Amino acid sequence: MPGQSVGAVSSQRAHFNEPLTLRSGGTLPAYELVYETYGTLNAAKSNAILVCHALSGHHHVAGHYADAPNNIGWWDNIIGPGRPLDTDRYFVVGLNNLGGCHGSTGPSSINPATGKPWGSDFPIVAVSDWVEAQARLADRLGIDQWAAVIGGSLGGMQALRWTISQPERVRNAIIIASAPKLSAQNIAFNDVARQAILTDPDFHGGNYYEHSTRPVRGLRLARMLGHITYLSDDQMGEKFGRELRNGSFGFDFDVEFEVESYLRYQGDKFAGYFDANTYLLMTKALDYFDPARLDDGDLIRAMGRSHPDTGFLIASFTTDWRFTPARSKEIVTALLANNRNVSYAEIDLNFGHDSFLMEDAHYHGVVDAYLRNIKL
Amino acid sequence: MTHLLGRPDFELIAGWIEPGHRVLDLGCGDGTLLKHLIETRGAQGVGVEIDDANILAAIRRGINVIQGNLEKGLDEFADQAFDHVVLSRTLQTVRHTEGILREMLRVGREAVISFPNFAYWKNLRSVLDGHMPVSEDLPYQWYDSPNVRFFTLLDFEALCAQMGLIIRERRVLDEQGNTVEANDDKELNFLGSLAVYRLTQNR
Repeated sequence: MPGQSVGAVSSQRAHFNEPLTLRSGGTLPAYELVYETYGTLNAAKSNAILVCHALSGHHHVAGHYADAPNNIGWWDNIIGPGRPLDTDRYFVVGLNNLGGCHGSTGPSSINPATGKPWGSDFPIVAVSDWVEAQARLADRLGIDQWAAVIGGSLGGMQALRWTISQPERVRNAIIIASAPKLSAQNIAFNDVARQAILTDPDFHGGNYYEHSTRPVRGLRLARMLGHITYLSDDQMGEKFGRELRNGSFGFDFDVEFEVESYLRYQGDKFAGYFDANTYLLMTKALDYFDPARLDDGDLIRAMGRSHPDTGFLIASFTTDWRFTPARSKEIVTALLANNRNVSYAEIDLNFGHDSFLMEDAHYHGVVDAYLRNIKL
Repeated sequence: MTHLLGRPDFELIAGWIEPGHRVLDLGCGDGTLLKHLIETRGAQGVGVEIDDANILAAIRRGINVIQGNLEKGLDEFADQAFDHVVLSRTLQTVRHTEGILREMLRVGREAVISFPNFAYWKNLRSVLDGHMPVSEDLPYQWYDSPNVRFFTLLDFEALCAQMGLIIRERRVLDEQGNTVEANDDKELNFLGSLAVYRLTQNR
């Protein structure tokens, strides 16, 4: 791997007392955001990059914790000295979004009004709410304008939303493996995942915290389903094929095929730490995301709200069937129609939607090349 | 004689671009021409390129480049979005010749096209000697050539006439990049190694 890791990092918290009115009509009277930063903000405060996380991500984007050296950030391979998000050049900020379960205010946090976990009372949050909260964090850090906002998948949607909601505050948007809105198929997958959680007897209408239980079975199924859609058929074939754990058929319903074993392991691991209410919220944020709604569904008009000087790098992956290259090209087309500075790379990588998290010389080369041209 | 960026057709094309003009370069390679047009002619430019290494090189140059396959059309571009749509030494590599010509004049006011002339006398002599031509403008062996369409200057003009495309300007160059003069089109077809055209369409 070229470049180095950022090494040991620590997270920080920011408390906000100014109420946040949400897209859903709800209000958060106060909230906390947990975040990490890597590199140094320059004197002109012109070198800040915001990394937005996807469905299951969080603020621990790069490096490791001194007391937990194996807890490596989820996008460590792209951040650090000599890496595309070069911390010798850039000040990189990652946070856990509102509604998350990694330290920012979310359904498992205590609702000050009741003294109990928010649970089902936690308001539905939208991508635009996250952008607003991120903007307030930027204010707190003294960052008037991001050199770039970058994200994959749902993170890319936040980057896109930034260019529309806060056009003056983002000089570049790097939108990877994303889409201007979900398709019916995408929403359908999300709904099956939600149904798995909502129908788990341990869900208790979202207030399972009070029952000292968690809807682990539902969350596990949701993750297993999601995981299938993040991988490519070819990759699954190469990785697992029809391999049997014990070499022969057992003629029962135990784990037999390696792919079953893998998915169950992934499901168990995820269900062990992730909060089911957060999963529900994140999938709803995905479903609702459609910035063109403001403009009668016209994405060209929506992207016309971006700043004429904002630059865009759009990237997709050939094997991503969840957010196909065609979806990224919808964004490209709308940007071209507005004469925006845009480059588009369609990257041939075999890991399906999850490709955006992988280390690949060409993929990282494209992001690196784009970022090196940004004037600070 | 030395030419701009080692490409005599680039020099001609650059001369036709005015400040502020919007240029789409199809098969833009590493973005050399676009970079030049932006820096010296004050043009605004976008490239389309299929090859990964070229996409990387163009982004590194700071060029706006869209990865795509010309055979599939130019759907991402709006009608008449450009002043010039450039296709330099690429037409002979495209299967859907009529399709790409129509698309170029849909998205742009003017198509600027350069291509190697297969009827150039040295190419003809090579074939008469028993071998496919290899030259400055046809720098490939038959087995590794990206070229899929083999045509001459006169063939191209016949197709333009058939499609109702108007030839605004034609420049024909020899292997050294010098402009070739001739008594008639047939002689020009025989003497020219590379042809550069500006096409428009009645709208």
